[in-house]
Amino acid sequence: MVERRPTLGILAHVVLLLGVLIVAFPVYVTFVASTHTAAEVVQAPMPLTPGPHLVDNYLRALQGGGQGAGSTASVGRMMFVSLVSALIIALGKIAISLLSAFAIVYFRFPLRNLFFWAIFVTLMLPVEVRIGPTYKVVADLGMLNTYAGLTVPLIASATATFLFRQFFLTVPDELVEAARIDGAGPMRFFKDVLVPLSMTSVAALFVIQFIYGWNQYLWPLLVTTDESMYPVVIGIKRMIAGGEAQNEWNIVMATAMLAMLPPALVVLLMQKWFVKGLVDAEK
Amino acid sequence: MAAEKRVVFRSAWLPWALLAPQAAVIAAFFFWPAGQALLQSLQQSDAFGTSVQWVGLENFRNLWNDPGYLASFKTTAVFSVLVAAIGIALSLLLAAFADRVVRGSMVYRTLLIWPYAVAPAVAGVLWFFMFSPSIGIVSYTLSTTFGLDWNPLLNGDHAMTLIVMAAVWKQISYNFLFFLAGLQSIPKSLIEAAAIDGARPWRRFWTIQFPLLSPTTFFLLVINVVYAFFDTFAIIDASTQGGPGKDTAILVYKVYYDGFKALDLGGSAAQSVVLMAIVVTLTVIQFRFIEKKVTY
Amino acid sequence: MGAIAIRDVVKRYGKGAKANQVIHGVNAEIADGEFIVIVGPSGCGKSTLLRMVAGLEEISGGEISIAGRVVNDVEPSERDIAMVFQNYALYPHMSVFDNMAYGLKIAKVPPDEIKQRVDKAAGILQLHPYLARRPRELSGGQRQRVAMGRAIVRQPEVFLFDEPLSNLDAKLRAQTRLEIQKLHRELGVTSLFVTHDQVEAMTLAQRMIVMNAGRMEQIGTPAEVYARPATTFVAGFIGSPPMNLVTGRADGSRFHVDGIALPLPGPAPRSGELIVGLRPEHAALQTNGAPGWPFTVEMVEMLGAERLVHGRVGQTLFTVRMDATLPSPALGAALQLQAPLAHLHWFDATTQQRV
Repeated sequence: MVERRPTLGILAHVVLLLGVLIVAFPVYVTFVASTHTAAEVVQAPMPLTPGPHLVDNYLRALQGGGQGAGSTASVGRMMFVSLVSALIIALGKIAISLLSAFAIVYFRFPLRNLFFWAIFVTLMLPVEVRIGPTYKVVADLGMLNTYAGLTVPLIASATATFLFRQFFLTVPDELVEAARIDGAGPMRFFKDVLVPLSMTSVAALFVIQFIYGWNQYLWPLLVTTDESMYPVVIGIKRMIAGGEAQNEWNIVMATAMLAMLPPALVVLLMQKWFVKGLVDAEK
Repeated sequence: MAAEKRVVFRSAWLPWALLAPQAAVIAAFFFWPAGQALLQSLQQSDAFGTSVQWVGLENFRNLWNDPGYLASFKTTAVFSVLVAAIGIALSLLLAAFADRVVRGSMVYRTLLIWPYAVAPAVAGVLWFFMFSPSIGIVSYTLSTTFGLDWNPLLNGDHAMTLIVMAAVWKQISYNFLFFLAGLQSIPKSLIEAAAIDGARPWRRFWTIQFPLLSPTTFFLLVINVVYAFFDTFAIIDASTQGGPGKDTAILVYKVYYDGFKALDLGGSAAQSVVLMAIVVTLTVIQFRFIEKKVTY
Repeated sequence: MGAIAIRDVVKRYGKGAKANQVIHGVNAEIADGEFIVIVGPSGCGKSTLLRMVAGLEEISGGEISIAGRVVNDVEPSERDIAMVFQNYALYPHMSVFDNMAYGLKIAKVPPDEIKQRVDKAAGILQLHPYLARRPRELSGGQRQRVAMGRAIVRQPEVFLFDEPLSNLDAKLRAQTRLEIQKLHRELGVTSLFVTHDQVEAMTLAQRMIVMNAGRMEQIGTPAEVYARPATTFVAGFIGSPPMNLVTGRADGSRFHVDGIALPLPGPAPRSGELIVGLRPEHAALQTNGAPGWPFTVEMVEMLGAERLVHGRVGQTLFTVRMDATLPSPALGAALQLQAPLAHLHWFDATTQQRV
């Protein structure tokens, strides 16, 4: 703020508030819809204030078996599948990447550059570009409708390895030398010094990868045909079938709220690390 | 690009053991399928998958001659330009104001970043719901207050508008974060010097802050285009399913449809290869230019 | 015991024809308990030499032995050494206590003994109030003490110091210098101390090694190095302000410089192209009108207790130090300098070696 320009300051707040409202509006509508009966929601215009059926709707969603035209799987089960997948993807990726980045930065060995470039290349192609053949590999390995099938192909990209590599390059050389003089071998150094120092990056990556895993759509769409293995984002889509009026929109909206909850919680609780990780990652 | 650390450990077997998990996963689930996609794009198999014919570049030629594919290209181009341009413009606006606000910028930041957490699929469902011709609250308002006959199920332009809005809504937080960080890293002394020189806020923004943001802007441009190409699949599948007709079938959607619904493996593989080429080009451009740091 | 022998040590980077040799045959025998300072300008190879003793750099040629054992192929942790780094190299996420205990933990020293050793070191360095803190909560001087504490607990044969005072401000530097001297008096451990600061070298060393461009120019006590520098490099490096060096041709009792014949109080050691050196504190302005070296005053710096008079002898820059209580010479004045024979140093103009 360089000079006193009260009008500009007010304008700023107005614009920002408008932005916040527009951003929040869809979610507000969703929330309201999730608290009424299906009939009330379908009758345009839908009421704009919350109704009394909050607990009913959410319970019905969690248990499943409603009368909607689309899928009626239990949202509770789907949330569980999403949670497990997201955790496996986030933690798996972090673990593998810490080890790979360590190898690439702190060792010299033949083909090292080859590995580095091979890993780098995987940054460039998201799973959407190789869906056909990857599906075949997963099917051939008998991994359809399994947690492994849902998660392992998504651990293949190297964003985390790259990030850890960038971070490791900033760790002062003298720490390694001091550790060497102290008698620590490579794995000891890794465990006692490098990993503890990387915790901020790990936290940021966890947020990003958890959300990435939770929000996966195309891949789970292909590898799961069994309702009990649907993640919740697939489940939502499948609830909407046919024309608009036949769906139990209030349940769909309740499911949407539930589906948004865990990632939003993770982002809000770990906001500091998340922002730092995102912005630093692209440097 | 493999920068060197002066100090390393010596071991013959340890680095291999450390790399093994990642190497195995990317070999099986990245390189092998990518190679397969390349192979399949040069082949054609019948609907039952029992015979495979080597057809060289015929699949690619067919793509080029297929009006549906070219239409999809155009759709994708329009979609990504709209999403990138609107997304960047809106978030730049919000970030510029958030940077200016003395108190509360962190609160605004919190309130604006959480759509990042929303799954694209969920975003698609939400926007579909709001804009649904018969029951959507916004459609209702549009038709009663503005007399607009809104129907994304029948009107291709309406459908495109719908997915653009949903995609931009989701992406605002990401862009906003980067722009805000970029603005906050510009030294205050530059802005103060400009103010002393007599430049007013509007002029200062366009002549000082915006040029200094150019690396961020360029970076976000590439990211948004890649986002529009790929991460929006879920939004489209959840709201328009590529319709009406094929009006919102972007390239990646077509790959999915042709490969898994129409079962044209060769064609789908060829489309995948084209997409791969596009992404690689975009990423290379991004790295080349970002490394050079676009500055004035 | 903790003696160090450095014999014909050579360091090369790269292989074969493209190899770059940075250390050319250094020799030194260091007795147990000696405090040796390796001093020289940036890039002279002093840190590389230290790191070869530590085992952090490969030895390309020659051998290094510690306590009678050749250690060329021995891992740093096996050499019975401890090192204090310029940037302290403290583990940021560990407390001061854990930082000092880390090496002992890895060596599987029993916890009671660890505590005992850390306590003792903390006592010597007054670190007890900080044992539970993290490095980021400490000042630079405190961090450096922790780094020294970490070295002490290992009870090694040799302490290695890699420019440990460079990151401290001037006052702290002087303070820590005294602490290091005190430490050496108390513990008596052989120490190798690397620095680019000749004041640190002069005050701390029992003997010093002066290095330049990968070569050892001289090894000796501070007094020896100051009074009888072996090369023009050492002559110009040790002593502040540096020794004046004038190149010319000696011819009996005259020294010809830039067409001027400077009278010498006695004959030069030999005739021919030579460099003569005279320290600013040994040159004096002639007051009694007798002929000396013609000196033109260009600038005078007032330092408080003394004055530095900068000028030229012939074309060569020349500095004279004089007491501040004497009147300041006028700028541009043409004066005569006394050049006492006892304080003239003679060097060969080609080899730069002492004659």
